[in-house]
Amino acid sequence: MSSITNVSRRGFLIGLAGTGAFVLGVRYLPGILTQHDSLAYRTDADLAELHPSAFVGINHDGTVFIVAHRSEMGTVIRTTLPLVVADELDADWKRVKIDQAIADRRYGDQNTDGSHSVRSFYDVMRQAGATARVMLIQAASAQWGVPATECKTELHSVVHPATGRRLGYGDLARAASKLPVPKQQDVPLKAKEDWHYIGKGTVSFDLADICTGRAVYGMDAHVEGMLYASIEHPPVFAGKVKSYDAQAPLQVAGVHQTIPIAPFHPPCAFQPLGGVAVIADNTWAAFQGRKKLNIVWDNGSNETYDSDEYKKELRSTARQPNKVVRAHGDVDSAFAKAQHVYEADYYVPLLAHASMEPMVALAEFKDGRVTAWAPTQNPQAAQDIISKELGIPKENVICHVTLLGGGFGRKSKPDYVAEAAVLSKKVGRAVKVVWTREDDIKFDYYNAVAGMYLKASLDSKGKPVAWLQRCVFPPITSIFDVNAVYGDPGHLQQGWTDMPYDVPNLRIENGPAKAHVRIGWLRSVANIYHGFAIQTFTDELAHRAGRDPVEYLLELIGPDCTIDFTGVDYPNYGAPLNTYPWETARLRRVTEMVAEKSGWTKRKRGRGKGIGVAAHRSFLTYVATVVEVEVSDDGTIKIPRVDTVVDAGLIVNPEVTRAQFEGAAVFGTSVARTGEITAKDGVIEQSNFADYPVARIHEAPYQTNVYLVDSDAPPAGVGEPGVPPFIPALCNAIFAATGKRVRELPLSRTNLAKSSWRAFSQGGKSDEYETRIP
Amino acid sequence: MIQLTVNGTGQSFDGDPQMPLLWYLRDILRLTGTKFGCGVGLCGACTVHKNGQAVRSCITPMSSAAGSQIMTIEGIGSNGLHRVQRAWMEVNVPQCGYCQPGQMMQAIALLSTTSKPTDEEIDEGMAANICRCGTYQRIRAAIKAAAEEHP
Repeated sequence: MSSITNVSRRGFLIGLAGTGAFVLGVRYLPGILTQHDSLAYRTDADLAELHPSAFVGINHDGTVFIVAHRSEMGTVIRTTLPLVVADELDADWKRVKIDQAIADRRYGDQNTDGSHSVRSFYDVMRQAGATARVMLIQAASAQWGVPATECKTELHSVVHPATGRRLGYGDLARAASKLPVPKQQDVPLKAKEDWHYIGKGTVSFDLADICTGRAVYGMDAHVEGMLYASIEHPPVFAGKVKSYDAQAPLQVAGVHQTIPIAPFHPPCAFQPLGGVAVIADNTWAAFQGRKKLNIVWDNGSNETYDSDEYKKELRSTARQPNKVVRAHGDVDSAFAKAQHVYEADYYVPLLAHASMEPMVALAEFKDGRVTAWAPTQNPQAAQDIISKELGIPKENVICHVTLLGGGFGRKSKPDYVAEAAVLSKKVGRAVKVVWTREDDIKFDYYNAVAGMYLKASLDSKGKPVAWLQRCVFPPITSIFDVNAVYGDPGHLQQGWTDMPYDVPNLRIENGPAKAHVRIGWLRSVANIYHGFAIQTFTDELAHRAGRDPVEYLLELIGPDCTIDFTGVDYPNYGAPLNTYPWETARLRRVTEMVAEKSGWTKRKRGRGKGIGVAAHRSFLTYVATVVEVEVSDDGTIKIPRVDTVVDAGLIVNPEVTRAQFEGAAVFGTSVARTGEITAKDGVIEQSNFADYPVARIHEAPYQTNVYLVDSDAPPAGVGEPGVPPFIPALCNAIFAATGKRVRELPLSRTNLAKSSWRAFSQGGKSDEYETRIP
Repeated sequence: MIQLTVNGTGQSFDGDPQMPLLWYLRDILRLTGTKFGCGVGLCGACTVHKNGQAVRSCITPMSSAAGSQIMTIEGIGSNGLHRVQRAWMEVNVPQCGYCQPGQMMQAIALLSTTSKPTDEEIDEGMAANICRCGTYQRIRAAIKAAAEEHP
C-alpha cells in the first residue's frame, strides 16, 4: 500500500490532449495534465528524476514508473495501457513498475466502465511514452554532441549507431529532466512495424501476486488500529430506521458500538442507503452484533413493489404506442397492407452483479481529511461522494484504488466507500466496511428489468417490409432524477436505436417505467435485453420464412453501408461517428467468419442438439457468436462449444482480449440460465449463490474459441461486447435443439424437458411451432 | 484456548470458538490470501486445507479447527511455487483473481487424490468453486497441465 507523502511543488507539465469518457452522456476531458498542488499525494512517477507527464517517471537507476489510472478488475487494463506507454518509450517491460493512481482529475476520466479505457486513452498513452523518449534522445545527443536525428532508442537505452555509443535511460534521466517538455507536434510516434508490445500484449503485471495470494484487493486493505463495520440496510429501497436496539449488539465480544447512518436524500445517486452499523474488532464480531439490532423499519412507498405485477405492467406498456426514438418509412401503412405480420414479447428480469468480492472499503478520517482504500471502478466519484457526505473539500480526500475482486459495473457506484468514510468520522478511527454476500445481492444497483415488443411484416420471400420495436425499462437515470421514467439516449443506443437491418419501414419506440430499486449499469447493460430481443426475433423470422438463420441474418444486415443517424439521438458510446461509424460491412464480416469457423452448415441439429447464431455491435465492437447446446431429456443444458468472432479494431493485448470473450460466454451463461432478481413487498427475494446461482465449471461452456479480426481501425471495447450476442445465440440453439422458443429469461423459467419439446419448421403461428420432427 | 498449526507454524486462539477459521486467518493472522465470497460455503473462495483436505474456512468454526494442520495459499508454495501455481501462471488463468487462491487450493486437493483427472473428475472436483469472471476453461487446462508435471 502506498505511503502518503506530502511533497513540495515539483514543476512539470505537459499538454496531452486526451479524450473523455462517456458516462451517462457526461463527458469531460483531462484537459491539461498539469501538476497541481491540491492533493497531498505524489505517485512514484511524480517523484522520479524525469517525469515529463503525470503518467511516466524514470529514475536514475533506470526504473520506469508508469501510472495506471484505470481500475483493475480482471480486464488487465492496469497492464495493457502502461504497455502502450512502454512501447512508445521503448522501455524494457521487465524494468517497468506500475504505479496505481489515486483519484485525481489530472488523469482525466478514471471511471473504468463502458469498455472504453483503451479507446479513450490509447493516444494519450502513446503520447506520454513518446514524449519521454524524445527527451531521452535529446539528452543523449547533447551529451555526445551529435544531432538528435542520428540517435535512436533501443530497449531502455539511447544509441548512436554511427559511433556505437549507448546510454541507458537511468543514466539520462537527470539530464533529460532539465530539458523543456516537447510539444505534441514535435513528438513522433512509432510506426506499426516498430511496435514491441502493442498488438502482441502480455499477461497481467499482477499475475504472480494473484497466484501466490499476495495481491491486495479491497477486502485485504489494512491500516493499524482499524475497526470493522457491518451495516444493516433498509430492506425496502428508500426505507428508514424507526427504532433499533443499540445495546444488545454490545453483548457480542469484540463489538464496540452501533451507529445509525442517515437515509439518503433523493435522488439516491451514490449516497449510502442508510441503516445501522455495528463496529467491532473483527469482521465476524460485526456480523454477529448485527443480528441483535432488532431494527423496526419504515418501509416507505416502495413496499408495494412486486416484480410479478411489475412484469405485467412492463408487458402491457410495451404493447401500447410509445415515444418514438427512431423512424423512417411508414410502418403503419405497411402493416395495414401486409399479408403476414408476426409479433413477439420478450422479457429480461433484474440482474445482480455478484462480483466475487462483495462491496468493501476502508477509510480513515483524521484532521479533516479522509484517506480511503477501495476496490472502486470510479475513484473520482468516491472522492466526490465522500467530500459531499462529510462536508470537506475534495482535495482533502485521497482515494486509493486496490485491486478489484470483480466489478462488472457495480463498483462504479461508490456508496460503500462513502459508508466507510462516514463511519470513520463518527468512530474516530479507521473503519473497514464489509458487505456480506446477502448485502451484495439485496442492495445492488440492478441491471434494469425490461420488456420488449417486436412486430414485423414479411414479403413473399420472407424479408421484413415493416419493423416495429418497443422497449420499456426503468432507466438508470432514475438514480439521479426521481422522475426519470424513459430510457436516456445513452442506454437506448445500446442495441436498440442502432438496430442495423435494412428495412424500408422502421419505427423504434421506448415506453415509461418507474424504478422501485436502484438501477445501475452491469456488464453490457441495455445491450443484454435489447440484443436478446432483436437477435431472437431475427431467428424466429428466419424459421418462419423457412430460411437458414445465418443466411437470413446476412440478408437483413443488407448491403454494406454506414448507418445514417440523422434525426436520431445516438451518442455512439461517446465516440464521434466519423471516427467510429456504424459499419454494416463489419457486422457482416464477423457473421460470415463465425459461420465458417463454427462449421455452421455441417453441424447437427434436432433431437436435443442445436446451434444458434447472433450478431451484435456494442461499445463500438462487432461480434458474432455461434453457440452449440445439448439439452438432455430432463431439460438440463450443456454448452459444449462456443465460437465467437470479434472485430474490435486495433487490439493492444490479444491474449487478455480472448480471455474477456471466454469470460463473457460464462457471464452470458449465468444471465441466461439463472439470472433473476425478484421482489415481493418491496424486498429482494434472493440473497446468496443458492438462490442467485451463477454458472459453475460444469455449467459453463466447455470450449470457447475466440477469433480476433486483424484490423487497423481505431481500438474499441472488449470487456462487455461478448455478452450480448451470446445470450440469444444460446437461446436460438435451444430452439434448434428442442423447438422451444425462449422469449423470457432466465431459462430456469422455461420447462426444457423432452416431453415439452416441439417439432418445428416454417410457417407456425405466433407461439406455435408444429409439423415435422427434424 | 484453541491450538492449531497454520502453514507449519503453531498458533493459539482464545476468542469466540464459533468464529469461522476464515476470519481468524484474515483478521487475526492477517493471512489475506484466503478470500471471503459468500460466508455460507457456496462459492469456494475461502478454500483452505485442513489436515490435507479442502474445506470451506467460512463455515469451519475455530472449535473444529482445534488441533488441526491448516494450509493456506500463502503456505502451499513456501518452497517455491507449487506446480499448480506454476500451471495457473503458464495457462494465464486469472482475470480478477479473487477466487483463484480458493480454486488453486481446491485443485491441489483434487490432484492429491486423483493424479490424472478426467474432464468429468475435474467438473466434479471443482464444482464447488465459483469464478464470476468465467475462467473455467483455463482452470481445466491448468489442472491438466499441473497433472502432467511431477509432484
